[in-house]
Amino acid sequence: MMMTAMNTHDPIIRLRNIRKSFGAHRVLDGVDLDVERGEVVCLLGASGSGKSTLLRCINHLEKIDRGVVEVGGRLVAHELVDDRLRELKANEIRARRADIGMVFQAFNLFPHLTVLQNLIEAPVVVRKLPRSEAVERAKALLSLVGMDGREHSYPRELSGGQKQRVAIARTLAMQPMVVLFDEPTSALDPELVGEVLKVMKDLAAAGMTMVVVTHEITFAREVAHRVAILDQGKIIEFGPAKDVIDNPTHERARSFLSRFAWQGQH
Amino acid sequence: MQQNRHSDERFLKAVKISETSDILERSHPVRWAAAALILLVVAWFFYGVARNPAFGWPVFSHYFTSAEILKGLWLTIWLTAVVMALGFAFGLVIAVMRLSKNPVLQAIAWAYVWLFRSVPLLVLLLFWFNISYLFPTITIGIPFGPVFYEVETQQLISTMGATIIAFTLHEAAYASEIIRGGILSVDHGQEEAADALAIPKRRALFRVILPQAMRSIIPASASLLIGTFKNTSIASVVAVTDLLYSAQIIYNRNYEIVPLLMVATVWYISITSIISIVQYFVEAYFARGLVKKSEPGLLKTYLATR
Ligand SMILES: Nc1ncnc2c1ncn2[C@@H]1O[C@H](COP(=O)(O)OP(=O)(O)O)[C@@H](O)[C@H]1O
Ligand SMILES: [Mg+2]
Repeated sequence: MMMTAMNTHDPIIRLRNIRKSFGAHRVLDGVDLDVERGEVVCLLGASGSGKSTLLRCINHLEKIDRGVVEVGGRLVAHELVDDRLRELKANEIRARRADIGMVFQAFNLFPHLTVLQNLIEAPVVVRKLPRSEAVERAKALLSLVGMDGREHSYPRELSGGQKQRVAIARTLAMQPMVVLFDEPTSALDPELVGEVLKVMKDLAAAGMTMVVVTHEITFAREVAHRVAILDQGKIIEFGPAKDVIDNPTHERARSFLSRFAWQGQH
Repeated sequence: MQQNRHSDERFLKAVKISETSDILERSHPVRWAAAALILLVVAWFFYGVARNPAFGWPVFSHYFTSAEILKGLWLTIWLTAVVMALGFAFGLVIAVMRLSKNPVLQAIAWAYVWLFRSVPLLVLLLFWFNISYLFPTITIGIPFGPVFYEVETQQLISTMGATIIAFTLHEAAYASEIIRGGILSVDHGQEEAADALAIPKRRALFRVILPQAMRSIIPASASLLIGTFKNTSIASVVAVTDLLYSAQIIYNRNYEIVPLLMVATVWYISITSIISIVQYFVEAYFARGLVKKSEPGLLKTYLATR
């Protein structure tokens, strides 16, 4: 997992003017966001502020109504045709999505497949990797997330923290350019949160580009380079992690962060 | 106070006992007595049937493995297998259409299920049997345009062909609903995870969604299979000699109605039993990873849920 050092003027994700409504409800209301190569950006915000939707717009699990999503220098799901933006064909979108990893709150491991089968499925089917090579890589990734020797377990035999670490390994097996995390520790018992955050910290240190929706304010402050605060479908605060968390300028950001005041102690 | 001291004593005694011995399971004498009674009644009934000369057991054993019956049995099994295979293949297509995002495909799939669940199988069968009367020729060409090929319907669709088509159309409607229910029972996160990993839709369906859907598809499918197996006797109205019809042909000759009905019934029960046993193992296979490794035995599960 060798990554190039962070180069601060090389955005790998560029979002411009993202708009998304569900029916009459405007969930994203003109979001702009740049994420640099090797950077960790945390998205904070109250429940329902649109964090998950924004994340899911990046890999086109959610269709945007308007705006531009670019990852790795290419539009993820659109092409320019006669001065208009048009959605790409499903298999072209899929090809670009392969470079964007996603880790879910509920893990979403395939329960009828073993840990190893979970890890090699996409590399073999999508990346056309020879099976033996995929197995080698899977084993290396499992040891990276502290799950050596568990390749023949089924997901239900694992704890929540172990499941999430396997899910992270499954995402990394595709060698993504960026990894999106949607509240990766919110479904875990408190004593299991740490082991998952540690894996994410290691990943950040290795230079992986990460966008993380989280309520772990300490993690955001220590690990994220920059933090964005979402409120009613808009980014109301964006900047270096410690600045945003310690000295928010926007009134609503201040009131959101004040709820976590007690966490800042450690 | 007195009361308190008394409960204290009992509590301490309970603690002492619990140090040396496990807690006793409650026995259920009434439950077991009822079970014994039922077994007795059942045994008595079968004893009566076996001793009853009206059932004509010598005639039964004479015909049970006779060539005519076995031929009918083979046709019933064969027809069921073909109809199930075609019905489920077609039903899967209908189910996927129904779940697709294309509103036209959705509507077609819905209308198909609506129509073929409404029309009685017997009517459908007679319709296809008389298809050459309704459509004397079949043509291949561009709709409302030139014709490339024309053939007489009677040549193309035999009695057996009409039977298979009618049963398959009927079967596919039910199979598609079973499959659709199974797919809907799988957590939506599974499809999302497959999407996020860029796994192609078809691969995701067969590798991720359907294996999990099987848990709910199999019990309903086994019922449909057993139903079809017995329903094939409807084909006798167009003179397809299935198991039941073979038995009827024989008793129309020798008037041994009850023994020959018993021949057919015992064969139906035997095959159904085999299907049920196979179902148990297929269910166990698709439960891998989804349930605890050591499932209690069949009887234990049964008694525990009483
Ligand atoms: N598929 C959907 N259909 C309708 N409304 C949705 C859907 N997904 C999300 N929403 C709504 O969009 C808003 C933002 O949701 P979400 O992005 O999940 O917020 P967050 O992750 O910040 O809690 C919520 O009000 C939610 O009810
Ligand atoms: Mg969310």
